[in-house]
Formats: sequence, structure tokens, C-alpha cells
Amino acid sequence: MARNKEGLVLLLDVGPSMHGALQEVENVCSTLLRKKLVYNRSDEVGIVLFGTKETCNDLAKEIGGYKHVVVKHDIKVVEEGTKDALQNLPRGTAPGDFLDAIVVGLDMLIKRFGNTKGKHRLCLITDSQHPLRDPPEGTKEDQVDTIAEQMKKHDIKMDCIVFRESGVQHNSVMDENDQLLYHFRDRSVAKVVQVDTPTSLLGALKTRIVLPVTIFRGDLEVSSNLKIKVWVYKKTSEEKFPTLKKYSDQAPPSDKFASHEVKVDFEYKSILEPDTVVPPDQRIKGYLYGPQVVPISSAEWEAVKFKPEKGVKLLGFADRSSIPRHYFMKDVNSFVPEPGNKKATVAVSAIARAMQEMNKVAILRCVWRQGQGNVAFGVLTPNISSVNNVPDSFFFNILPFSEDIREFQFRSFSSLPSSSQPTEEQQEAADSLVKMLDLAPPGREEILRPDFTPNPMLERFYSFLDLKSKEPDANAPPLDKCLRRITEPDSDIIDYQAPLIQNLGKAFELKDNPKRKKARTQERLNYTAADDQTKKSADPYAEKAKAIEVLYPSAEKVGKIGDLNPVQDFEAMLTERSSSIWVQKAIEEMQKYTTVLIENSPQGDYYQKALECIVALRKACIIEQEPNEFNQFLTKLYKRLKNVDDVAKFFQLLSSKNVSLISKEEAPDSDVTEEMARSFYLKPEASSQ
Amino acid sequence: MDLDPEGIFRDDSDEDDDNLHEREANKEMVVYLIDASPKMFTPATTAQSDEKQETHFHTIVNCITQSLKTQIIGRSHDEVSICFFNTKEKKNLQDLAGVYVYNVTEREPLDRPDARLIKEFSCIEDSFMNNIGSRYGITSGSRENTLYNALWVAQALLRKGSVKTVVKRILIFTNEDDPFGGITGAAKTDMIRTTIQRAKDAQDLGLSIELLPLSRPDEDFNMSLFYADLIGLEGDDIVQYVPSAGDKLEDMTNQLRKRMMKKRKVKTLAFAITNDVCIEACSDYLSVLCSFTKCCCDLSINYLLLFVGAITWLDSISNLPLKAERSFICNDTGALLQNPQKRFQLYNDKVVKFSVRELSDVKRVASHHLRLLGFKPLDCLKDYHNLRPSTFIYPSDEQVFGSTRVFVALHSSMLRLGRFALAFYGTPTRPQLVALVAQEEVISSGGQNEPPGMHMIYLPYSDDVRYPEEVHLTSGDAPRGTDEQIKKASNLLRRTELKNFSVHDFANPALQKHYGILEALALGEDEMPDIKDETLPDEEGMARPGIVKAIEEFKASVFGENYDQEEAEAAASKAGASKKRKAITDAASQKSAAYDWADLADTGKLKEMTVMDLKSYLTAHGLPVSGKKEAIISRILTHLGK
Repeated sequence: MARNKEGLVLLLDVGPSMHGALQEVENVCSTLLRKKLVYNRSDEVGIVLFGTKETCNDLAKEIGGYKHVVVKHDIKVVEEGTKDALQNLPRGTAPGDFLDAIVVGLDMLIKRFGNTKGKHRLCLITDSQHPLRDPPEGTKEDQVDTIAEQMKKHDIKMDCIVFRESGVQHNSVMDENDQLLYHFRDRSVAKVVQVDTPTSLLGALKTRIVLPVTIFRGDLEVSSNLKIKVWVYKKTSEEKFPTLKKYSDQAPPSDKFASHEVKVDFEYKSILEPDTVVPPDQRIKGYLYGPQVVPISSAEWEAVKFKPEKGVKLLGFADRSSIPRHYFMKDVNSFVPEPGNKKATVAVSAIARAMQEMNKVAILRCVWRQGQGNVAFGVLTPNISSVNNVPDSFFFNILPFSEDIREFQFRSFSSLPSSSQPTEEQQEAADSLVKMLDLAPPGREEILRPDFTPNPMLERFYSFLDLKSKEPDANAPPLDKCLRRITEPDSDIIDYQAPLIQNLGKAFELKDNPKRKKARTQERLNYTAADDQTKKSADPYAEKAKAIEVLYPSAEKVGKIGDLNPVQDFEAMLTERSSSIWVQKAIEEMQKYTTVLIENSPQGDYYQKALECIVALRKACIIEQEPNEFNQFLTKLYKRLKNVDDVAKFFQLLSSKNVSLISKEEAPDSDVTEEMARSFYLKPEASSQ
Repeated sequence: MDLDPEGIFRDDSDEDDDNLHEREANKEMVVYLIDASPKMFTPATTAQSDEKQETHFHTIVNCITQSLKTQIIGRSHDEVSICFFNTKEKKNLQDLAGVYVYNVTEREPLDRPDARLIKEFSCIEDSFMNNIGSRYGITSGSRENTLYNALWVAQALLRKGSVKTVVKRILIFTNEDDPFGGITGAAKTDMIRTTIQRAKDAQDLGLSIELLPLSRPDEDFNMSLFYADLIGLEGDDIVQYVPSAGDKLEDMTNQLRKRMMKKRKVKTLAFAITNDVCIEACSDYLSVLCSFTKCCCDLSINYLLLFVGAITWLDSISNLPLKAERSFICNDTGALLQNPQKRFQLYNDKVVKFSVRELSDVKRVASHHLRLLGFKPLDCLKDYHNLRPSTFIYPSDEQVFGSTRVFVALHSSMLRLGRFALAFYGTPTRPQLVALVAQEEVISSGGQNEPPGMHMIYLPYSDDVRYPEEVHLTSGDAPRGTDEQIKKASNLLRRTELKNFSVHDFANPALQKHYGILEALALGEDEMPDIKDETLPDEEGMARPGIVKAIEEFKASVFGENYDQEEAEAAASKAGASKKRKAITDAASQKSAAYDWADLADTGKLKEMTVMDLKSYLTAHGLPVSGKKEAIISRILTHLGK
């Protein structure tokens, strides 16, 4: 087995309490698989569901027990089928027992790989809310010990993601379960993270494993006779957008093995004779110095250039306040004591803790490799570990050199004219905004913590890639709702704080500068809906329709509302205004689709989607001046379904989002007053009571 | 050198979006107008008489030399001209009295700075009096107006290049706040009027005139006497211009240096603080509503990491630059292609094609500005939440009136409540979460140390963060330093503290050396400059007994008494490992000596031998043993010289 090949088993809790998050679970696992399909084609993945109604696993067959655990997909090299196995995860009915699932997953890994070398991993996503089955003998702790022993023996690691929405009350069962998971961690076989929003669930699972490589192994020289052995790793490193290769369409279609790659060739030609190519050995490097070009051969350069000695040297310690946070220049490194070296671990720990206590930082000068042409100059800050079996370490940040700093002067705020100074009332409005839009409220996990926030652009790219592999003409999908939370403020909070925000708006008077009405600037600064895709299809109803056709060559396909992006399809249909029939047709289609969606949504799973559809329909009806079309539709729908138990919840949702009839104020053609619109959902209820 | 600061923020898919500002800031032409009147040569400080006293003239020469040096490294396409006024000699195109345009050979009066200019200008003081000379320009007897002349010359120098693409500046250095003080009556008002008119004309042509006043110890520079009118300042602005008391010349040099660098706006951004839900509903409301909720800010780069190594390829015979030509060749057919517009990614062994347009659509996950998401306490910003140099944000009222006010209000709330703002910055190249950390203004005697505004710190995503400390876990608890050991470490920290540490004190040794060498070569000097590496630790200081003692104590408490000895033993056992390696090589050479390799090669019998036997030859001769059998054989043949 190749060194970098990974064997992974996903253990997914699909029990009743997880239903709300299954979509996200599906998304994050899909991203993981997609990345494997791009970068690690030979990795093997298996999928185990637990908390299911059924039972289907080897252990249950062989020795019995292990109920409600289903092996959805055996460990196999990743392929299309692995992804399909993740589609439409069943809604389980039994409370999930994660220990059972771990044992099943472990058994699969051991059976599949035996003692072969390689990376083997279990990945558990659960809410761990339900009491676990008591083991036949011993305590649960003992059971965990046995499992951990097995995992260690076969060199298997586990990632546990515990997902609980912020509203959930803690109880003793959860505490016990958490203790068990932490017990795994203490036995150094597992890593446990707790998340409380769907968005951070998407970020909690590492979707691509990069083999950690040291950039330096050696001494941290405090002085010539005090040296501490350390290894230096990267702590942060930007995961880049994949570099796509250029495509060549020259190969004949019959050629199945065509690589379609494009080779880029560079040729250097003399200015005097543009036709002759200068061979590499006749070229010499010229360094720019102002307008002059100084030719130096590489041998000459080697003789004179700056050649620092390899080594990491301490310059001294400084107050933390002397290094402001914005001086940190690049990605961060981590200084870890040499593994297995107890004395180095203690030395690092003692210094790190002393630094923490005294609020100091260390200034270092690092040359990672012999022959490196520059030095890294930076600051070491302590990283005190909160987990018992993880050693203390340092973070290292690069600082700028004096040449790198641009010292611009800006006018101090205190000397600004009074027209730019906030009044007391305005200051108060700003204060309350800062206080209310709190992303780290006490008593719950920090929202949008960078460590648990996925990259929306990459998430979108990989799902687009997947979509395109099936439908080559597909358009880029809009951002998922959870990912929107990263790019825009949370609409729930905004709704909740609406008066406050209006206050801020009222307190400050902002006006566009009329002198600067340059079309381009204006357009750029204008508020654009966060997702430009929707914006493009939503607002250019009139003259941009043609442009849309160019942008979306798949316009012929328009005419049906698909399951994938109903709102987008609908809007695409509306923009297709070659004849007025289209508008009518689009509205009809949307009505039909939404009705089906609501009626076929037994557990309310599609209500969010239906809500989006209705909002889109309502908006379109206002713009198209067809308010009655919408009002009739909504009234009919309501009359027909209001007494169906489940659907009543949907109308409550509509009413809470203020999605009601279109009133006269919004569209003059409507014959509904504002009053009627507001009380639309209330009146029938009142009468039924 | 392709190091324009805008490059960092250039968006490949959104080019025309940013061009607006990039164009504005692309190139700069500066004329330094230096007052050379005798007043500039009087001692600048009232300091003790035994010291050698520095003059303002000296300060200015130093500053300009420094600035030229930075410029040649970072912004070598900018053009400069140095011009003295109130001189005895005259040298300018218009042949006006009292103005001397300084230049060196092989260079236009207004041109990019080169090595010779820097070299000769830096020692201009020695020859200044003999070659150029100094005198009072505007005196009661004569009808000369040297300041007027100087402005005219500067304006003429800046004639080339369009104002649209080039920033043109005139920087006046003087310590005379009342240039027309020496004359009276109608002649004075007349001269003032014409001079101000000249300045106005220049400003109307798009030239900006800036003043770098130098205060003398006995009296402060009084802007309102004349210069406020000249550069068109009013009211509050004047305060800005007056430097703080010029007691310390060093501080003044600092201030001048900061002022000489032109701020470059990277781009103006809308900062959407909140948006009402109803905005989406009706596009007509859009501009009205959203103007309530966004303010504008300018971004500027305060840090630009400089690297060495911008090169062009030259023909080694003629030393003429070479032109690189790129061609695209189809890998399958070998056909020459025009720049292909499609990209592809291998996915599940399938080729998935994208158009460039589609890719830029995918990358556009949010509108192109800052979106406020909320606030967090400052301790949520961890030390490892960093990827790139930060960017500085300062409010601008240019596009939306009232922006500054909102910004100032938020700024002070954030400072007071100890919060930073989390925002989403939707550039198409890399849309990213950013932390906006409010920066309080810090002023020291040397002027503004930290300008007020916000620092935009780019945060990593979950996929960008790694956990190297968890890679090597032991089953037991990791050892920690005991209280005793921590105490010893604290003592060590206290002993080796760097007092008044500032990053400004450390120059990049690699860069210094690089440009030192280039300068020497450009000027044809034989001797290579010796650059002091400021980043090396202070060995002497570390050898002080107090520090040595603190280190020894810490070492004893952490490593134990016999650490050095143990280390030596460990090193010895490592040597054991290398002994083993040597033994293997010896065995291999013995084995390989059993064959007559040259003969085997000649008769072609190498193919019949086993790989193990073949490898013995490679090991014995210290060659790499990797590869397939053919590769190994060919390596042996090459080594045998066949």
C-alpha cells in the first residue's frame, strides 16, 4: 500500500436527533469524497450509518448485537458509487450508539487492511445525545480502553465531530458520552471537536489531509550553550484554488487516451535578430538596478551573494505590546519540541509558560536550510496546550524588515472637522451595534471561528466540478445556505435586531457624492446581492436578457423547473421574455412545483426549499405586476392544506417570515389591503377557535 | 522590477474593476525643490558647541538619498528631478536666475534614479559651495523672484507624461517661512501675487505642490505667513502641516521620510455594515436604502514584502536583453495553439472542462466589498490566524458622504469595548474572512507612529489550519515544565530582554547585500560592499556573566546536571550508525571487486547479472541505486565511461 494512501470509514449518525443536520453531513462528506477524487484517487472509503431502523453489518451477522448499524458502503477505492451512497441519507428512527458504530468501523478496517502499513482513519459525526448500550461485561470505560487498544495496535486514528445545536440543553447522558469520547482522546487515538452550527459542521471535518512535513529539524539556540531540539512545521498554509490545466481540443475525438494537455514553451530571442533563438547556455541573468541592468553569471553571483548559516537563533525576549498584531506578515509556523525528547518538551513548556505569565515574546532569526538566500526574522509566541497529551509549543510569525514597512501618515481622527465626528447619539448607536452583533456570545461556541469555517469558494468549486462531470453545460450553483452565513450576516440576527439597525441607519446620514457619479464606480459600490448569480438572473429583466443568453447558453433547457435549483430555473424562465407567454408559464410551473414540494414533504424536510420558492414567486409577481396570480395561489393553497397537520407548520413558517398576500402598497393592481395581508394567517385561526 | 504594490491586489478576472485606481497610482514624477539659501546652512540645533552641528541642508540631502535608495529598490519606474533654488549659479532650460537643476551624466533632468545619481548626490555637500553656491534669492534690491523661478522650472520639468497616468508632485524643502520678508511695499505684494498665481496655475495643470517645512530651534515654521496660500491650505489643514517642535533633528528626519512617501490608495471599498432585508425586494429602493448602511474606506498597503531576484535574461555575448516568447503546443498532436481558452480538471479520471468565464463565476461568491458579519472580543483573534500581510483601512468621504463619521464611531466603539469586527471581503481572487482591528493613533516625538484606522487581517479557513502539535502523540501525558523550571525560565527571560524593541531597527540583510552588490557593479567598483547583518544575536551581550548564570541555572533545572555529557554520548552513538553505513559500503565494494566490470560491459553481460549484484557496484562507487534495471545498467555504463 502506498505511503500516502488512506483507508477511511465514515461513521454517520442518522438517528432522529440528527435529522436537521443530515444535509450538511452529506455536504461535508461529499466535499471530502470530491477532493479525494481529484487529489487522492487511490484512497479507499467505506460508509457506516448508525441510528438506522435496519441492521446490516458483519458483526451482527457473525456474533449478533450491534443493532441499528448499517454498512452502507464497503471499503472500496473512491468512485462514483461512493458519492451516490451518500445521496439521500435515510432518516433513521433509532437512537444512535456510536460505540457500536466504532466497533463495526474498526472491524471493517482491520478486515480490509489487516496489518498493512498506511493511514487508516475513522471519522465519526454524531450528536452523542443518547444513552449507550451497556456492555455485557465491565464498564463503558473499559470498553473504550479495549477499543483504543485495538486501534493503537492497528495504528488507526479517529476524528470525532460532536454536533449539537446551540439550543440543546446539556444533560448527564451527554456528559457521560462526551467523557467517553474524551477518553479516546486521552488514549491518543482520537481527536474530538464540538460544533454547534451547521456552518461549522462543514468546516469541522478536514476534507483533505496533507502529510505534515517539517521545514526545519534542529536546535533552537537560546545561546551558544543552551540549545533545545525542535521541529518546525507549517501551522497555517493557504489551500489554493486548484490550478486547472489548459485544454487542447486538437486530439481527434476517437483518441480515448488523449491527454488534452497543453505544453507551454518559452523561447528567448535576441532583440537584434528576432528570428534566432538564443540557447540556454548563451543566456545570462541581468539584475535590475533602477534603469540599469547588471549582468552577472550565476557562478559569479554564487561567490558574492548572501549566504547565512543554517540555524535558529534567539535574539532576546521583548514585551508583547512592542509587536502589534498587524506586524504578522505571512503564514504561521509551529515550533514543536522534538518528538520523544522529554527534556526538550519540558524546556519548551517551561519557557512557553514563563512567556505566557510575563506576557513576553521571543525574537528569532531563522535560516531553515543551508544555502537559503535570506533569513526569516520573526516572533515566537507561546501556545499552551489545553489537552493533557499534547505538548506545549510555540507559534512563529514572520515580522517585516525595515524596508518592508511603509509608514504612511493619516490624519488623526481627533483633528477631523466636526462634520465627520459622531455625535453622542451616533456614538451610542454604534456602541449598541457592536454589542448586539456579538459573534462570541457567552454560553455558546464562537460563531464563524476560522478553525471551523470552510472556504465557500472552494466548496462551491468542488460541487460545481461534480455537477459538471455529470452535466457538462451546467451553470455554477448558487452558494449553499450554510455557506451564505460566511459571506453575509446571519439573516436571523438581522431580523431580530432590525430596530437597532434602523436606528443606526437613522442616526447616520450617508449620501452618495453626486459629483462622483461615474457609472462604473457607482455600479461597483452599489449593493449587489451577495450572490451575483442570483443577482444577474434577477434584475436584468429588461435589456440584459440578451446578455444572459450569452452567459447561459443552456437557455434552451429553460422551461422546466428542476429539483436542483428551482428558484434559479424559475428566474431564468422569467428572463426569457421572448414572448409574454413565458411569464405566465413560469408562474404556473412554479406554482405547480411548489405545491408538489409542500405536499410531498412529510417531515417538513423541504419546507425551507418551498419557502424559498414562494418568496421567489412572490417577488416575481410583484415585479411582473401579477399580484392576483400570487394571491389566488396562496389563498387556494392555504384553504386546501391549512388543516393538514404537518403543513400547518409550513404556514406558520411563512407567517413568521412575513410572506403573505401581496398588498396594494406593493403592487397597485392588487385588491388586497395591507390590513388583509397582515391578518391573512390569523383570521381563519381565530374563526376555527 | 515587477513589484508594484497594486500587483498584490490585482484581480485577474476583474481587471477593469480596479484599473480606475491602479491607473491613478501607477507612476509618479517628483521634483524636489530644495531651498539653498544661506539660512539652510546655519546650524539646525542650538546644541552644545563642542558637537559638530548639522544643518538643515544636510538633513535634506540625507533624506533624499535615503528615499532614492528605497525608490530604486521598490519603485524604480518613478522619475525624479532634484532642483535647488536660491543658488549663485544657474542651470535650467529657461535660463532663469537662482535655480539649479542638479543632474549627472547620461541622465535626463527628470528621469529614473540610477546608481550614479545616488552616489554623487549623497556627497554633494562637499562640492556644493564651489560648484553651485548659495545666496539669498529675494532681496530688496533685485527684481528676482527665485521661488517663482523655481516653480516655473519645476512645472516645465513635469511637462512630459499625461496627468491621467502619472502622479506629478513638487516637494518644496525650506526653513524660510517668509520668503518675501526681506522686501516691502508694492514690490512685495506684487511678487507674492505672481508667485501664488504661478502655484495655482501649476495646480490647475494637475501638479500637486507639497511643502516640507523645517522648523528652526528658535522659532516654529509659520505656515500662515505665506505658504498656506501657496499650497492652498485653509483652516484646520494648516495644523496638519506644521511639524512638531524641531528639537531633535533625528525626529525631523523621520517625519520627512514618512512625508516624502506618497500614500497610494489600493482601492476604495464599500463597507456594508448592515443591510435591510427589504433591499432585495425592490431594486428601485436599492441606492437609497443601501446608502444608509454602507460607508466607504480606502485601503492602503502598509507592508510590502520585498524580495530579491527580479531578473531579465540577457545575451551573454552582447549583453542585450532577450525577448521571451511563449508558445502553446498541443501535447497530443504537437500542433501549435493560440492561447487556449478552456481549462480542465481531471475528476474521477474524467476530463471536466471549464471556460475561463465559468471559473471566474465560481470564484465570485460574494459582492466585491466588505460585508460586516459581527464583532468578537480581541482574544478570539489567535496568533496563528494569519496568512498574509495586513492591509490598512482609512475612511473616505469621496463617494459616500458621512462615511468617515460612521467609521469613526465604530472605530471608537470597538476600541472601547475591546472588539474586532469580522467581515467578509469578496475579492474574486480569494474571497476571505477578515478581522478588522481598530488601531488607535500612536504619536511619539518622532511624529505619528501608528496612524488611526483599522487593520484588515486575513483569516485562514478551516482547511488552511493544520495541527502539527498533534502529529506525534504519546499515550501518556506530555511532560510540562514545573513551577521551579518556569521560575528559572522567567529569570532567563528577564535577563535576556531586548529593551525598546522595534522592528524598524532591522534591515533585511539579504536585500541589503543584493543591492549593495548591484550598486557596486553598476558603478564599476571592484570592492564588494560588506553588509552588517543586524539580525544576528548579540554574542557579546549573551556572554555577560548574569545571562550565562541564568542560562546555566535553567539548563541544570530542565536538562539535569550531566546534559552535555549525555549529548556527547548520543552523538557518539550516532557515529555508530554511520559506522554501520560504512560497513555496508565496504561489503559492497568487496563484492563488486569480484567482477571485472569493464569486461562485463564490453561483452554485454551486464544484462544477465542480478540487480543486487549490479547495485553493489553502485554502492561501492557512491552512485544512486534507484531505478529499474535498465537505468542501473546505463548508470554503470556512464560511470565506466562507455
